[in-house]
Amino acid sequence: MSANTWTIAAARDALRKGEISAVDLTMSCLTAIDAGDGLNAFVHKTPEIALEQARAADARLKGGETPAMCGIPLGIKDLFCTKGVPSQAASNILKGFKPEYESTVTSKLFEAGAVMLGKLNMDEFAMGSSNETSCYGNAVSPWQRKGSNVQLTPGGSSGGSASAVAADLCLAATGTDTGGSIRQPAAFTGIVGIKPTYGRVSRWGIVAFASSLDQAGPMTKSVRDAAIMLQVMCGHDPKDSTSADIPVPDFEAALTGDIRGKIIGIPKEYRMDGMPEEIEALWAQGIEMLRDAGAEVRDISLPHTKYALPAYYVIAPAEASSNLARYDGVRYGHRAKLAQGDGITEMYEKTRAEGFGPEVQRRIMVGTYVLSAGFYDAYYNRARKVRALIKRDFEVVFAEGVDAILTPATPSAAFGLGEMADADPVQMYLNDVFTVTVNLAGLPGISVPVGLDGQGLPLGLQLIGRPWEEDALLNYAHVLESRAGFVAKAEKWW
Amino acid sequence: MAIDIDTARKVAKLARIRVEEADLPRLADQLSGILGFMEELNEVDVTGVEPMTSVTPMRLKRRADVVTDGNIQAQVLKNAPDAREGFFAVPKVVE
Repeated sequence: MSANTWTIAAARDALRKGEISAVDLTMSCLTAIDAGDGLNAFVHKTPEIALEQARAADARLKGGETPAMCGIPLGIKDLFCTKGVPSQAASNILKGFKPEYESTVTSKLFEAGAVMLGKLNMDEFAMGSSNETSCYGNAVSPWQRKGSNVQLTPGGSSGGSASAVAADLCLAATGTDTGGSIRQPAAFTGIVGIKPTYGRVSRWGIVAFASSLDQAGPMTKSVRDAAIMLQVMCGHDPKDSTSADIPVPDFEAALTGDIRGKIIGIPKEYRMDGMPEEIEALWAQGIEMLRDAGAEVRDISLPHTKYALPAYYVIAPAEASSNLARYDGVRYGHRAKLAQGDGITEMYEKTRAEGFGPEVQRRIMVGTYVLSAGFYDAYYNRARKVRALIKRDFEVVFAEGVDAILTPATPSAAFGLGEMADADPVQMYLNDVFTVTVNLAGLPGISVPVGLDGQGLPLGLQLIGRPWEEDALLNYAHVLESRAGFVAKAEKWW
Repeated sequence: MAIDIDTARKVAKLARIRVEEADLPRLADQLSGILGFMEELNEVDVTGVEPMTSVTPMRLKRRADVVTDGNIQAQVLKNAPDAREGFFAVPKVVE
């Protein structure tokens, strides 16, 4: 198998043994990327940077210095600021923006020897669940329905990351998750994606969407890879005041496969009306797999689940409207051409109308409305109270001894690009129904590929862990992964 | 609550996003749909519940009130659409 198909763990071992060089490994990815333009996953390719970093990694490896990610080629979501490289959050308003600084996450990855292959497609400002709001055009899933050549969404917002990892254009990728943007695309493309506890990974240098919900995480081909890469991404950062100053456990060492006696909660509120039978069946299989591994399965209730989506769609746009106020055409990015006599207000209004796409404009305006005088209490404060109740639901079950919670990752398999074009915005929001609760409560959540549906598309399950216990969560995911034995790959058509 | 065209116009103005008159009815319609969805929150009894302000209980760190960087004027201005003589340039603000 060509090296671009390897896992991080396999590549790490081969690099350390000298069986392959970082340059050769990087070349195999660059070749795959050039052959993968039909997926529109990589939107800014950085082969020169990649090869320079790969040569430096080879020198480190030769010198006997072998940090975890040394020589591992990655794709980086366009939301991460990367010094001197276009970083535009898939938005026209940041066209031409080349940061003068490096995000904490990418700095940490590069210090650990990782190689950046380029920047990955995503929904504009991470607002979307299908990668159809990007200024670069749609990212395309490598997966297709059996006997069909309809192009499918890789999910969103980290759609380019999901597509690139699933199609072996890179060994792994960074993603970010505000309401499910790592876990939903991971589930749609048969890969692993983890959103850590809020505060575990520094948000510094990541273009902000909703600051109390955003967390970055790895998107990988295996749970072990997620453990290896997350390890490097985590840790306290004085530049992010919400970053937690607590020790980071050894994630890979936690993958013991032993979950005997652990209590897995199954929340009845996640059994939704109209849920496809295949999702229901997959969930039942997942329960069996964990029970078979010695876990105790317990029915639980998270009574406020139903209100998570509406609360999310108040809080996230409210925070977005504040965060995105900085795009004013003054300091960076796009500025509209002005007419004779236009003043500064016209400059703001025209710049923002031209630079933001329709979904981003909609969310900014929803946020503006719910924060405006007279509505702040009715919408924003009420949503924050409901959020407190949603978090309390989880605290109650954890206090009763539940170690982790198993749910479906998505309410369906991937849908076709354009299939939701006529749906109203709320229909699209329903994609996040199983994932937003985790962001609202600040918990860690991981999506693991478990099976295929009748049309041959991947389906995933989500495990939700206790705060700061990503190590235990990864171990449960590891058990689920080994029992499920998911090995399917998309057939190459691109 | 349904959003009428006047409210949509006002929200667009507050958000500093130009919306053409012809597009306001559609915008009002979409905003109404989204806000209608949020009305579900009114079913929840939130008596005595404090609004959530921080995701994890933590005390924000403090640091000494000292200058930690500076002298990077060129970097700060590098990405500006219009920078002149060491400043960001904008249309005339004061008559």
